[in-house]
Amino acid sequence: MMSDWWTYRPEDFLLFSPRTYWRTFELHNEALWPLHILTVAAGLAMVLLILRQPQQGRWIGVLLASLWVFVAWSFLWNRYAAINWLIVYLAPAFALQAFGILVTAFPPGGLTIQRRGVAGWIGLLLAVAGLMFYPLLPFLTGRPWTSAEVFGIAPDPTAIVTLGLLLAAHGRARPFLLVIPLFWCLFSGLTLWTMDDRWFWLPILAAVAVFVALGLRRLTRRPAS
Amino acid sequence: MTMSRRTFVQAAAAGAAAASILPPAAFGQSAAPLTRPIPSSGERIPAVGLGSWITFNVGNDPVRRDECADVIDAFFQAGGRMIDSSPMYGSSQPVIGYGLEKLGGQGKVFSADKVWTSSASDGLKQIERSRGYWGVERFDLVQVHNLVSWEAHLQTLFEMKASGQVRYVGITTSHGRRHDLFERIMRAHPLDFVQFTYNVVDREAENRLLPLAAERGIAVIVNRPFRRGALTQRLEREPLPAWAQVIGAGSWAQLVLKFILSHPAVTVAIPATTRVDHVRENVAAASGVFPDAKMRERMASYVHDL
Repeated sequence: MMSDWWTYRPEDFLLFSPRTYWRTFELHNEALWPLHILTVAAGLAMVLLILRQPQQGRWIGVLLASLWVFVAWSFLWNRYAAINWLIVYLAPAFALQAFGILVTAFPPGGLTIQRRGVAGWIGLLLAVAGLMFYPLLPFLTGRPWTSAEVFGIAPDPTAIVTLGLLLAAHGRARPFLLVIPLFWCLFSGLTLWTMDDRWFWLPILAAVAVFVALGLRRLTRRPAS
Repeated sequence: MTMSRRTFVQAAAAGAAAASILPPAAFGQSAAPLTRPIPSSGERIPAVGLGSWITFNVGNDPVRRDECADVIDAFFQAGGRMIDSSPMYGSSQPVIGYGLEKLGGQGKVFSADKVWTSSASDGLKQIERSRGYWGVERFDLVQVHNLVSWEAHLQTLFEMKASGQVRYVGITTSHGRRHDLFERIMRAHPLDFVQFTYNVVDREAENRLLPLAAERGIAVIVNRPFRRGALTQRLEREPLPAWAQVIGAGSWAQLVLKFILSHPAVTVAIPATTRVDHVRENVAAASGVFPDAKMRERMASYVHDL
């Protein structure tokens, strides 16, 4: 089959209609409500505490890892995989991300999260956008509000908030932790694009923002000559 | 005159009235849906089938599953038989199985599925899994999907046919892919069916595949008749030409289907839909008058110039 991949285009792998895709979120939200309040509150608490003072990554790491595993199991594996067989191969990556966050967060000095620097601020803005703006998208796009994507419940805002928090984090393992959420943002953007969704650029923009923030951090750190 | 698929019933009535006073074209007139013979057996099959790509991939949603069952029900009631699916189509196979079980439709359906795995040894297991999803005793037709590992799978399928585990064997492609290899397989193997893309704008198959299928006595299933809906969506922005009534086409969808079905080498076209009114409209396209060669060229030229 590998020899045939070149004959396929991205839209050939779109196995479902936009109606079915968003309906999957509707059913998922209906099943989990009102857990959304808790996950968003947890996300906001993380951001607010980081704004007050630098946080050691342990409790944030446990929380984030739990939500990545939860989204992988509850949404990707139990719902999305039913309409998209590619997800069977991608859901384990979410579990791997959770493992990576935990392993990184626990050693002393493994992950410190703070608002310092331009990347930190961009990161926290990205996290707030994922927490507060993403669930409001249905009102802009005209889809049913019951199809809202919420942090800790749906993969896109979970990946975006994680990227934001990681931008505000320091630690040697941070670049590795960015890989899976960045890949997911690109994958999701591509999926939306093949569905002719006008907002396909949003998750891609989040990924671009990460690279911009990292570039700015590098620039601002460069010693004056 | 602007005509959408929603209003096809009224238009079809007017078209039928016009057609009734016109001489039959290429295939004559009939109130019942057109059937075509499968060359390798002579068995006749309704010329409009039902695809399941995207439309039946609704996961475990009970509401959408019931909607799909309604489409299958309307398809059978209109006289359709062939439903086509693949392991590649997400949850489409279990959704078809759900519909067939709900309707008691296992005896009515002409079950056409595919094998789609790069592993030669997994082919048989995958076909058995698919059969379980459909809930049929055996598949009528199993095709090698997009020529994936086609040599090994064809051998398996011919062995299954010899032992009565499947009635017909075929191969598929789409989007005009790999026609050279497709043609070589058609020449070298005793296939019952081939499946490829053909419609009023994608006419590459007219050059070699359709004539070869006629020459070799291979039944032809046409996929993507509406280019996954993009063709009819584009055409519906334009008024339906007045001459559409001459061939009894009450909508652009029927016009496109009549173009496909009027090719003498085509056996079945398999449009997919989520709507009961559309499935009725599609099956209805396989009745009444069909365009002759001159009209076919006029249709293609008109659509090309839009």
